[in-house]
Parts: sequence; structure tokens; C-alpha cells
Amino acid sequence: MIFLLSLTIISVLFSYMFDRKKTYQGILKGLKMFWGIFPDLVLILVVASLILGLLSREMIAQYVGQDSGVWATIMAAIIGSVALIPGFIAFPLAAFLKEAGVSINVLAVFITTLMMVGIITFPIEVKFLGFKAALLRNVLSFVGALVIGLLMGVFL
Amino acid sequence: MRPKSKVIFKLIVILIIVLSVMIAKITGQTFAISAEIYFKNFILEMILFLPLIFILIGLLDFWLPDSLVESHIGKDSGIKGSLWIICLAMLAAGPLYGAFPVAAMLWKKGSSIRNIFIYIGAFSTLKIPMLTFETSFLGWKFTLLRTAITLPVFIVIAFILEYFLEKNDFSVN
Repeated sequence: MIFLLSLTIISVLFSYMFDRKKTYQGILKGLKMFWGIFPDLVLILVVASLILGLLSREMIAQYVGQDSGVWATIMAAIIGSVALIPGFIAFPLAAFLKEAGVSINVLAVFITTLMMVGIITFPIEVKFLGFKAALLRNVLSFVGALVIGLLMGVFL
Repeated sequence: MRPKSKVIFKLIVILIIVLSVMIAKITGQTFAISAEIYFKNFILEMILFLPLIFILIGLLDFWLPDSLVESHIGKDSGIKGSLWIICLAMLAAGPLYGAFPVAAMLWKKGSSIRNIFIYIGAFSTLKIPMLTFETSFLGWKFTLLRTAITLPVFIVIAFILEYFLEKNDFSVN
């Protein structure tokens, strides 16, 4: 965060030194893009918080189960794909699930789908990458996450 | 729907959800309390990261020469280009939805499709700040193994995507 902030400040200063007009235009253009996705983002974050609020830790632990069966893996993949959970919540949650006896492959599938697949943020992805690219990326990442989970289960 | 009515529709949906969660909170539902905490964190994260990312994109759009992007991570950049983009992504921070506009800008400036998706893959799974966090909660063995397995997986995904996507289906607004 501090890195990003200082990078932005330094870039703005440098850019300003070289060309004032371009700097204004650049900042304005960036903020316009931000404003363009702002309503979508707020809606996405409201929905994501509601889903997370409804899904308590204990409920997730119950869904992904104590066994490493196919059902638990699929549930973990679905929850991981739908939920939008930032790292500072996701990893403590994963540690909690591990304590609760969730198997490694289910855990890995959950973490990886959380990271790579974003069903809630799909509209944002479509805006920037186009529908076909976004759809293919999410589908392939979902399959990839299952493969990763499977391999993790074999090795750990 | 016209763009303006779309925005109004979204605002109405947001209002309905927020109001119902507030009512649930008043009636003492615990899910409403945690939903509110999540929402505050999400909004904070978005307000902190995204304007900065977009300001950088706006400036880079003017200053970053297309030829530089093309020569480093373009079609003929090979493994070196992919290494470049992985390093860039590992240093990044913030939520995944912040990576899409960056990816779109790099694409527009001449990056290969493969490297765009390697960037998104590395951004989502290999960010250094996130890895340190993962290590402290799940142990270094888990983190190391997960990154070692994930790396080839998202590279394969990027190759598949490059095969299926023509430049023109990759529309950027």
C-alpha cells in the first residue's frame, strides 16, 4: 500500500515536471475510468459483503466437511469461486478450516479458487477484457484450481 | 437500457440491499453485523487502492511508449518477457479487480495475450505481500508447494487463452 502510494506520488511529480498538461489529462483520464466502474464496484462489494455475512466460518467448515471427498472439493470450489474474500480474511479463515479438520486438497482448492476465479467480479472483468476472455479465463482457472488441489493432496 | 438508467437501476439495488441489511441489524441478526464489517473493509480497500491504480494507468497511458511494452512483453518477447511480467505482478498489491485495468492497458500497448494472462495469474496467486501472509497462517511448506504447482498451471492457462483468443475478441473499453 505504502509502496503503491509513493509510486503514484513520485510518478505524478515526475510527470508534472516534464509536462503539466499531460499530467492533468492523465490523472483525469484515470479517474474517469475509475468513475466508470464505480457503481458496478459498489454493487459488487455490497453483494459480496452480504454473501460473506450470511456464510459464517462455521457454516463454511460444515459445507466443505471433514472428509476429502468429491463433494467437499466441489463445495469448496464453488464457495471459493463465488466469494470475494481479501487475503487478510481468507488466510485466517483457511487456518481455521485446517484446524477444523478440512483436508489439504479441499483447502488448496478453496484458496486457489478464491484467488483465481471471480464470479462476483465477472462484470468488471468483462468491462476490461471482454466477455469471451473473461469467461474462458474463469472456466480455465476453475479447472486449474481443481488440478492444483488434487496435486497438493498428493504431495502434502 | 440506456447507460444512465442502468446506473440508477444499480443504485436502487444497492439501496434495497443496504436498507434490508440495516433493518436486519436493528432486529439483531448477527449476519448483518458481520456483513457491515466486511463492507467497510471492502470499501476501504477499494477507496485506497483503485484511485491510485487508475491515476498510474492514466499517466502510463501517456508516458509509457508502446515500443517499450512491445519489446519487453510483446509477441516475440519469449520467456524473458514472461519473467518480466511475473516479477511485475509479484510486486503488485491490491484486489484482483485492480489488475484488470492494468492488464487492459498493457494489452492496448502491445503486450502479447499470453503475457497478459500470465500477469493476471501471477497477480492473483503470487503477490509477495500475500505470500508472506499465507506463510504465517498456513506454513511455508503449504505456500511453497502451492506456488510451485500454481505457476505452471496458470502458464498453461495463459497459453490456452492465447490459442483461443484472437486480438479482436479481446475488446478493451
